[in-house]
Amino acid sequence: MSSTIVSLPDQSTARIPKINFITKENGLLSWLLTSDHKRIAILYLISITFFFTIGGALAGVIRLELLTPQSDLMAADTYNKVFTMHGVVMIFLFLVPSVPATLGNFLIPLMIGAKDLALPKINLLSWYLYIAGGILVLYTMISGGVDTGWTFTTPLSTHYVNTNVLTTGMAIFIAGFSSIFTGLNFIVTIHKMRAPGMTWFRLPLFVWSNYAASILMVLGTPVLAIALVLVALERTVGIGVFDPTKGGDPLLFQHLFWFYSHPAVYIMILPGMGVISEVISAFSRKRVFGYTAVAFSSVAIAVFGFFVWEHHMFIMGVSSYSMLVFSLLTMLVAVPSAIKIFNWTFTLYKGSITFETPMLYAFGFMGLFTIGGLTGVFLGTSGTDIHLTETYFIVAHFHFVMVGGMLMAYLAGIHFWWPKITGRMYPEKISQLAAVVTFIGFNFTFFPQFILGTLGMPRRYAAYPPEFQILNVFSTAGATILGVGYLLPILYLTWSLKYGEIAGNNPWQATGLEWQIQSPPLTENFLEVPVMDHDAYDYEWLERQKEKEVASAG
Amino acid sequence: MNHISPVIWQFFVKWLTNFELYPPEASRIAPQMDALYFFMVLVSLIGLTIVILLVTSFCILYSKKRHPVAVQIEGSTLLEATWTIIPLGLFLIMFVWGALIYFRVYTPPANAMNIYVVGKQWMWKAEHPGGQHEINSLHVPTGQAVQLTLISQDVFHSFSIPAFRVKREAIPGRYTTVWFEPTTPGTYHLFCTQYCGTNHSQMIGDIVVMTPDDFKKWLAESTSGASLAQNGERLFASLSCNACHNGRPDARGPNLANVYGSKLTLTNGQTQTADEAYLRESILNPSEHVTQGFSPIMPTYQGQISEDGVIALVEYIKNLNSNYRVDQTLNTTGLLPEGEGKVAPAARGSTARGMVKQ
Repeated sequence: MSSTIVSLPDQSTARIPKINFITKENGLLSWLLTSDHKRIAILYLISITFFFTIGGALAGVIRLELLTPQSDLMAADTYNKVFTMHGVVMIFLFLVPSVPATLGNFLIPLMIGAKDLALPKINLLSWYLYIAGGILVLYTMISGGVDTGWTFTTPLSTHYVNTNVLTTGMAIFIAGFSSIFTGLNFIVTIHKMRAPGMTWFRLPLFVWSNYAASILMVLGTPVLAIALVLVALERTVGIGVFDPTKGGDPLLFQHLFWFYSHPAVYIMILPGMGVISEVISAFSRKRVFGYTAVAFSSVAIAVFGFFVWEHHMFIMGVSSYSMLVFSLLTMLVAVPSAIKIFNWTFTLYKGSITFETPMLYAFGFMGLFTIGGLTGVFLGTSGTDIHLTETYFIVAHFHFVMVGGMLMAYLAGIHFWWPKITGRMYPEKISQLAAVVTFIGFNFTFFPQFILGTLGMPRRYAAYPPEFQILNVFSTAGATILGVGYLLPILYLTWSLKYGEIAGNNPWQATGLEWQIQSPPLTENFLEVPVMDHDAYDYEWLERQKEKEVASAG
Repeated sequence: MNHISPVIWQFFVKWLTNFELYPPEASRIAPQMDALYFFMVLVSLIGLTIVILLVTSFCILYSKKRHPVAVQIEGSTLLEATWTIIPLGLFLIMFVWGALIYFRVYTPPANAMNIYVVGKQWMWKAEHPGGQHEINSLHVPTGQAVQLTLISQDVFHSFSIPAFRVKREAIPGRYTTVWFEPTTPGTYHLFCTQYCGTNHSQMIGDIVVMTPDDFKKWLAESTSGASLAQNGERLFASLSCNACHNGRPDARGPNLANVYGSKLTLTNGQTQTADEAYLRESILNPSEHVTQGFSPIMPTYQGQISEDGVIALVEYIKNLNSNYRVDQTLNTTGLLPEGEGKVAPAARGSTARGMVKQ
């Protein structure tokens, strides 16, 4: 019995389909003016990879500076600008759009059996807004940077720094609209354009989780926009909403900011959870354990996620009674994540498991996200939050969730759907190696930071007391390994565009509608409107289909 | 060992010999917080082990080689309920336990010794009631509850003492408090943990915990000659506060003796306890806080007194039990030539200098 489920067509006769969405039209303009959701997804893929590289390089510089206790590689000022830029680029230009704008854009219409998203031109507009935001961020970076931290805390950002706060704010404002439009597009599409027979409870879980994230984008992002406009007005004309000397409230900014930025972490992680559901099901040949529980836990996270923001401010003199409410709600939002982890685990039970690259990344996700989630409980618990907040503990926590969780899920998804997107396979052995290297490098980088945080090392420090050096050296060494882990996929995925094996329609023998059509798909996706007559992850249905094909061919 | 760089080797030895998982426990609350912390670490480790064990054993038992055909399973309500209720129960325990500690950290006992701390870019200034003031360090005695009243003069700062497991944000425009009871003499880190601009990482200092005797000695050696309240008194006179707040029957401002802690009725009908925050607000923003029976004639001192100055005034008003000295100061300033009363304190006492914004 072979240990892989990959079934590729005979390589000597197989060809990439002559007509597909990539070859349909040629020339730069055909890409820049396209309204095809798959082409826009590719535009996104290229641009977010570009920004990820920039953000990653900045992270490398940060780790290099922290190799020694003194601020000797950079002046403190430069360091502050570098970590601000790292945060802004990674959050607004990579994590928020990562899975929804690339994989979501590409897959949601395919998965629900639609020809495109409901509003294709808005979809293109949202990419242009993203690019405009991205270019503005690059401009602020080369024209002197900004040193407020990605949190733009007032009154530091309004009265006390002299850097490009306004331009950065504008960039995030614009990129925010890109995210609002994407969310809106997904919601309309999922409500209105499902194929006949595609009921809500036949939707793949990837669609459910993107739907939940879209709701957060549409309802949360405008609040961030408002907060940024108020910062801009305060900075330029001094309206005084946040200025205590004019009767304003400096804490109000943080309420507004975290009202978006806490749900934003769910915008970032929910689509990744969707990827994990798909991958684990495909490589254990089983439907996801407790489909409805997983689907509703996504919605529960989206709903509860809106009412926990004050846990970022427990030590800021908020009322103790509001602390009680927010701490309790934070505990409640942790439960759906636990539900998901156990459901994925039990999807493996009595499955028929293989260990291709996407599955390895998914295992990495489960381990790291479990740690990330549990350490979140340390911070949601008001007592321990006092000691751990604003230290490296929090840095480690959100990197475990965002990088260990989301980035692992993103890479799992990219590898999983790479054959569908490009028509070619990625090289298996080296990519498995990359997954393992990433996992090891990640733990090496961020685990020491939990200890650093518990010992009390504050975040955003360019210089630190010498007794913290050793753990910082470990962390920097790990970051080097992690860097290699991220460089590898960029190299071999590019290589595979030309030299990868021909994938055929369904290399993983997966059940989603997207796998039943040619790879890469046609511009119209489906030649005839598909009719969904089975549940999601129905592997028995897939077997029957195969038998039918053999019978009709024979 | 020849091929290992001696530097790296030294690193390892140093790390192995000084290995620490948590900072020293130097306050009463620290062991309590650590108990909760290690409870959560334990729960997390057990949870993580369960997940890892399940995933690994399923991967071995149900790999494609051993288990070529998957058995389709819908789900199980019983299991769903199990892994909803057990984590929820554990999280609720943490929530209650954590909240108990939170309330303890932020509810100072009545007998606590109060020290004011002003944060500004990029230093901490602590003002002891006896007038001792220190920059980027704080001396405290063991066995005595110490309350800090924090305020920031510019941006958000955060006063963090890892060895005490306490941390409190210093916010512009409002007082926040935190308290602790040091238990072990020694020198510990003080960090600013809220990002506050360029030299954020230089806004650090030492917390020096001393035995009560040593602390008394230190207080005596570090005195600047006048207590915080006395500095406040000078400022009170130099700003001519006593022209109206003199406690005479015909005074234009309310009597300030014993005002601290009393319940006031304002012109808008609200009742208000006169605490530190209220006193500060009514100096900086008087027209919003007019006591019933008085007219809103007091000018604002916003931008004219530094936070240190306000603290001195607040401390003075807090300790004001009679109007005898207020009257006396009024009489002496009345005898002085025009204008001299305002300059005199700055010239006389070095501590009052700098409290009035130039």
